[in-house]
Amino acid sequence: MSPRNKIGDVLLAVDGVSISFGGVRALDKVSFDVRAHEILAIIGPNGAGKSSMLNCINGFYHPQEGSITFKGQRRRQMQTHEAALQGIARTFQNIALFKGMSTLDNIMTGRNLKMKRNFLWQALYFGPALREELEHRAVVENVIDFLEIESIRKTPVGRLPYGLQKRVELGRALAAEPDLLLLDEPMAGMNYEEKEDMVRFILDVNDEFGTTIVLIEHDMSVVMDISDRVVVLDYGRKIAEGTPDQVRVNQDVIDAYLGVGH
Amino acid sequence: MLYREAGQFKTSYAADQAMFPIIQDRAFIAMVLIIAYGVVPFWANEYWLQAVIIPFLIFALAAVGLNLLTGYAGQLSLGTGAFMAVGAYATYKITTIYPDINILVVFLMSGLIAAGVGMVFGVPSLRIKGFYLAVATLAAQFFIQWLFNKVGWFFNYNPSGTIIAPPRTVFGVMVAGPEATAQVRYFVALVFLTVGTVIAKNLVRGRVGRAWMAIRDRDIAAEIIGIQPLQTKLLAFGISSFYCGVAGALSVFLWLGSAETEAFDINVSFQVLFMIIIGGLGSILGSILGAAFITLVPIFLTNAPALLNIPFPTDLSKHIEEIIFGGLIILFLIAEPNGMARLWQIGKEKLRRWPFPY
Repeated sequence: MSPRNKIGDVLLAVDGVSISFGGVRALDKVSFDVRAHEILAIIGPNGAGKSSMLNCINGFYHPQEGSITFKGQRRRQMQTHEAALQGIARTFQNIALFKGMSTLDNIMTGRNLKMKRNFLWQALYFGPALREELEHRAVVENVIDFLEIESIRKTPVGRLPYGLQKRVELGRALAAEPDLLLLDEPMAGMNYEEKEDMVRFILDVNDEFGTTIVLIEHDMSVVMDISDRVVVLDYGRKIAEGTPDQVRVNQDVIDAYLGVGH
Repeated sequence: MLYREAGQFKTSYAADQAMFPIIQDRAFIAMVLIIAYGVVPFWANEYWLQAVIIPFLIFALAAVGLNLLTGYAGQLSLGTGAFMAVGAYATYKITTIYPDINILVVFLMSGLIAAGVGMVFGVPSLRIKGFYLAVATLAAQFFIQWLFNKVGWFFNYNPSGTIIAPPRTVFGVMVAGPEATAQVRYFVALVFLTVGTVIAKNLVRGRVGRAWMAIRDRDIAAEIIGIQPLQTKLLAFGISSFYCGVAGALSVFLWLGSAETEAFDINVSFQVLFMIIIGGLGSILGSILGAAFITLVPIFLTNAPALLNIPFPTDLSKHIEEIIFGGLIILFLIAEPNGMARLWQIGKEKLRRWPFPY
């Protein structure tokens, strides 16, 4: 195994977060920490509240109770673009790429927040606006190199196979140079080779850029292999937390996954 | 054989991001510009310029504007006619109050006013989407038309209720008014369309355009990567209405000469919307091709019986013309739902492979 970034202080602290939709309590007083440079997996059966948790972290849902502290800043209400500005990026369970745009343009949108020239400069596409565009293009080309998708740079993403779309989506999140990367089932629906590629990219991102990663995944062999720590949710409650080995033998987790005899 | 990019290597990102990265495309565009600026105005007669080509240029400008909003930012609008009316009436008011301001500047000022009005009517787009938004923009269409009819101040209390383009010169050349020659009007309209097209093209290939398309394709994902929907949509409404406003001003001052609010009714909104649907949503080239189709085909159909020496009673030929035109639109949309711009693209791909089938 390659040398890893040393796991640092708490980057993100989730404290007693609850959210309900009508009568359904999607998250019930969930608390956990995410430390800088670690890979944390959130697992749990379907409907356990995993995606809702990610939605709370990046400001898409606003928790009704509890708070989320990111980089020492505590918040309850936060807009998604503020989360993006602070350095949180994510991918989605069902691919949410911009279908009409090329791979290159999709990844370029990840740089949008970092581009400062206003639309009047853009209209001229000249001088500072052009320089800015080219600077960001260079960064995006690095991401494209990193993910080995040079050959599909100009292809509209709607025409790409599923595995590549997932990779482009990861690229779009990486282009924002996030401190915290949220991955919602990055390996869902992939075959073995595609999963291996994706795992390699996730480990490389964590290794080379020191990006902290929170991922939701159902493939237990992947989760147990790559994560530093695992948080287990069931019916909106946290039932276990710890290293993969601790979680594997936890009786509550086994019950949640396999059912309990009555 | 002729259309190959083989051997044209790009060594910088700037070259790769150029508007026309392939030399054949550059040559083609240069040829189009030479014909538009150097041949058409001297070859076409007064009737053709005034009745056919100038309206085509003006509608192409409006279509480019609407395509930015509907094709790129994905916000369906039926207020195009209203925003054109705002441009036309604003130009009329400004130039009658301050006759000394250069009329070309007044066109741009009116565009800004139309942009402001467009942004106001764009506010509902934050909450409503698709057809429902179209209905909300319809409010702009009816309200503005009613306002300009009802309040005399807008048409300087002219008893006939019309606005008439007063004679205006730019650097000693008569541009607007009855004495302006068709050639001059043509050049003014053409310059506006050329500059407008270049700016639109620049916008859509930069940050702004990507934000628009992101909102169009997946608004939630766009929000999560930090694109603010309200700002992005309002910018689209503003810029689109700017184009429509300028087009409306040009249509009164360079083409119609005088107009009532009926010149900017709901039919105009639909007409411009059809242009971008037939031309291709999300394509600047498509806007221009669509405008050409909608404005030129009816004229061709009107003149076809005479050209073919088939005698037809006028009223019958008018009806047949409408039937054929409607049929053509349907055929077109079945054959290529993505519009003429897509056909153009397919044609280019075929040409690349020629003479091989694939």
